[in-house]
Amino acid sequence: MSDPVTALKGLKNTGGFASISEVGPTGMITLRGDLSAKPVIKAAVAASGVTMPEQGRIGSEGNHAMAWMSPDELLILCAYGDVHDRLAALNKKLSGQHTLAVNVSDARAMFRVRGAHAREVIAKVAPVDMHPDAFTPGMFRRTRFAQVPAAFWMPEPDVVQVICFRSVARYMYDLLGMAAQSRSEVGYFRR
Amino acid sequence: MLTIHCPNCGVTAEETEFHAHGEAHLKRFGPGSSEDDFESYLFMRKNPKGVHFERWRHQYGCGKWFHVARCTTTLEIFGSYSAQTTEPPKEIINHIENRRPDWNATEAPK
Repeated sequence: MSDPVTALKGLKNTGGFASISEVGPTGMITLRGDLSAKPVIKAAVAASGVTMPEQGRIGSEGNHAMAWMSPDELLILCAYGDVHDRLAALNKKLSGQHTLAVNVSDARAMFRVRGAHAREVIAKVAPVDMHPDAFTPGMFRRTRFAQVPAAFWMPEPDVVQVICFRSVARYMYDLLGMAAQSRSEVGYFRR
Repeated sequence: MLTIHCPNCGVTAEETEFHAHGEAHLKRFGPGSSEDDFESYLFMRKNPKGVHFERWRHQYGCGKWFHVARCTTTLEIFGSYSAQTTEPPKEIINHIENRRPDWNATEAPK
């Protein structure tokens, strides 16, 4: 089998006040269905190894995570090599349920923004209140980064992880790099 | 700039994260209806100066549809509510009546 290749082959920009790096291949499964149905919740929890996230939040356990995308959609994150097995197990558990689970690992790109002012990079390009009291680790937000749709969360303080469509990976990388240009920090969220 | 609340995912954001899709609570007239009804369903839209009920979609967020009641002159948002309804809920009507005493609740879509 051929090796997985990400959109930008792991590009990294450390020239700015926050470092921007493309995260390597990550397994992602989109699950759509009735998120209040017990069998769906059970199957999602089993496939992700993480408890069911509440509205607008992400739960993580090691390198597994599960994010609440919309009232009928979940995103399961896992190791790239595990996706096929997990998806097969998920589909088996969900047989008879009105759901849809798809492997979207290669349809997305993921970036990590790291730095004491990582919040500012996001605040410059997305219409989201990035104040440390307003956006806290554990929250998961789908929004707009300049001209493209994206989702992000903070796995730890000073680190923001961004997911976007693979087709706009280059745009996202350039956008984040420009927002993080050195000496362009505002210091608005300084604690 | 409008600040809109999405009742589907609980996010409150400014309007560029959403998209407006015109007048809400239209009654559909399809095949078999009179030409006048079909024309008004297809083309005739209210264009009020004041209270307006609209359909919105959280297009960069959860992707779901919902309704918003707002004022077209002051851009005040009276509230947003579920898309799965044929008329505005009582709380929204009461709130508009408080804010706009000269507004007539019979103008609300039914």
